Amino acid sequence: MSDTPGPPDPARQIKAVPVRHPWRWVTVAIIAVLVAMLVHTLAFSKVRRGKIESRWQWGIVGHYFFSSPVLHGAEHTVLLTVVCMAMGIVGGTVLAVMRLSPNPIVSSTSWAYIWFFRGTPVLLQIFFWYFVAYLYPAITLGIPFTHVTFVHITTQSVIGKFTAALLGLGLNEAAYMAEIVRAGIISVDEGQTEAASALGMHRLLIMRRIVLPQAMRVIIPPTGNETISMLKTTSLAYSIAYVELLYAVQLIYANNYETIPLLLTAALWYLLMTSVLYVGQYYIERYYARGSARSLPPTPRQRLLTTLTTLRRTPNPQIDDILGRPHA
Amino acid sequence: MTTVAEPTLVRAEQVRKSFGMHEVLKGIDLEVRRGEVMCVIGPSGSGKTTLLRCINHLEKITSGRLTVDGELVGYEQRGDKLYELTEREVARMRSTIGMVFQHFNLFPHMTVLGNIIEAPCRVKGISRTDATDIARRLLDQVGLGGRESWYPRQLSGGQQQRVAIARALAMEPKLMLFDEPTSALDPELVGDVLDVMRDLAGSGMTMFVVTHEMGFAREVGDKLVFMDDGVVVETGTPKDVIAKPQHKRTKSFLSKVL
Repeated sequence: MSDTPGPPDPARQIKAVPVRHPWRWVTVAIIAVLVAMLVHTLAFSKVRRGKIESRWQWGIVGHYFFSSPVLHGAEHTVLLTVVCMAMGIVGGTVLAVMRLSPNPIVSSTSWAYIWFFRGTPVLLQIFFWYFVAYLYPAITLGIPFTHVTFVHITTQSVIGKFTAALLGLGLNEAAYMAEIVRAGIISVDEGQTEAASALGMHRLLIMRRIVLPQAMRVIIPPTGNETISMLKTTSLAYSIAYVELLYAVQLIYANNYETIPLLLTAALWYLLMTSVLYVGQYYIERYYARGSARSLPPTPRQRLLTTLTTLRRTPNPQIDDILGRPHA
Repeated sequence: MTTVAEPTLVRAEQVRKSFGMHEVLKGIDLEVRRGEVMCVIGPSGSGKTTLLRCINHLEKITSGRLTVDGELVGYEQRGDKLYELTEREVARMRSTIGMVFQHFNLFPHMTVLGNIIEAPCRVKGISRTDATDIARRLLDQVGLGGRESWYPRQLSGGQQQRVAIARALAMEPKLMLFDEPTSALDPELVGDVLDVMRDLAGSGMTMFVVTHEMGFAREVGDKLVFMDDGVVVETGTPKDVIAKPQHKRTKSFLSKVL
């Protein structure tokens, strides 16, 4: 055999035919057709409802999108979400630390709370707080089991629709957050607690300064999940006639029967608000990742700047050599 | 009761420690004098790390008597009764004893400076400026001047361990405990850490070192303890123990590690 190839030339770059992926083109074609159908039905498809109009009635959506009742509802949705998540995070952290306490009374109290609030539907809890005035018509502050009272107020004056929704959603969220925070805490290496104790730090200081900041990396992604979930769960408050986003559009379409475009308006607002949460979560995660990766991932702005500068970079043959690129 | 003249810093008398049914320390007697470097060697599972962890009460002893600077570790004696110390009292006692771990245990979310000044600021209440001055001096001392704003992950193992030593020294401890400080390091990084420890011993620090570094023990140690199966088998000057071990178990261990 005389045509055996000689020894490979180490300086020459390998030239090979890349693997072909014919099925990729098939998938691309199928998806392209489906996307075209979606765009067509959403944007261009027309139907006759008395007069010819777009199927999804975008005109009505546009008309109500920034109308004052819808904005008002969205505002209440955001308010409920923020306050309930704050209650959930603070309450959940306290419950998680209690749950991990060496004191068995403290840890079982926390366990019982989580057991109760996770074990019953949140809608039921909202109703319960709304109707709690039937059970306890007055709230008093005094010495238990005596007739000495310092403060006496009627329950109804304190617990309205908003407070009932807050208590129902917030206390329930605390139970879920407790488990998320607990998972974060136990994910931190025990050596961290030992090193801090050996330096003379006490338990709560170690929790606050050493363990929780490291637990944040594990806590944040599911908390982002919970926040997005909470934003949508606040719609349950419509059941006690609290005017949040969903109830606000329901009130409108109950009058004008434009059900679909108004539901679409609410859906777009929910999407818009959850998208904002994505951005917030990205930056919070980045903040707590410091020290854990060798270098922080770039922010979208930094990434854009790097791309722009590399596009405009001056040719550098040395770097091309290192990367095996042909000289410019 | 204790005076500066008291020459013994750590005293263990018949110290025992069990984990459940398993007895790890079976009656340890030893004494570390002020300014002395005591090295403890022995096969894994011999109880040397447990003994070290008992000295700052990371483990509670089951019976016997263990004192640091004349004070019982973890307890207080009033009359003939022992009272457990509160968490804060234990923390105060620990703040006077430095500890260096096999796996460094630096706080990864804090910079080198943050790691060093955390306890001086939060435990001793030293101002941030003063603590930073102390930290800078200590970083120079361990050969890491200028690395204040680095994160632990950006440093090599040897550098991390030297930061850990600086972190412990920032509390101005009267005793330093070293738990196999070079066992997790690449061989070429061991020397830097041992150099720092040698300097520290030279400055008169009392040190209790669990180690496998025979060279270090021979050169820097004032006393060498060989432990096996929860008991002290042999004690003496490092030269004597390494050159002419008296016990069969010491001989067999040394023949494996030298």
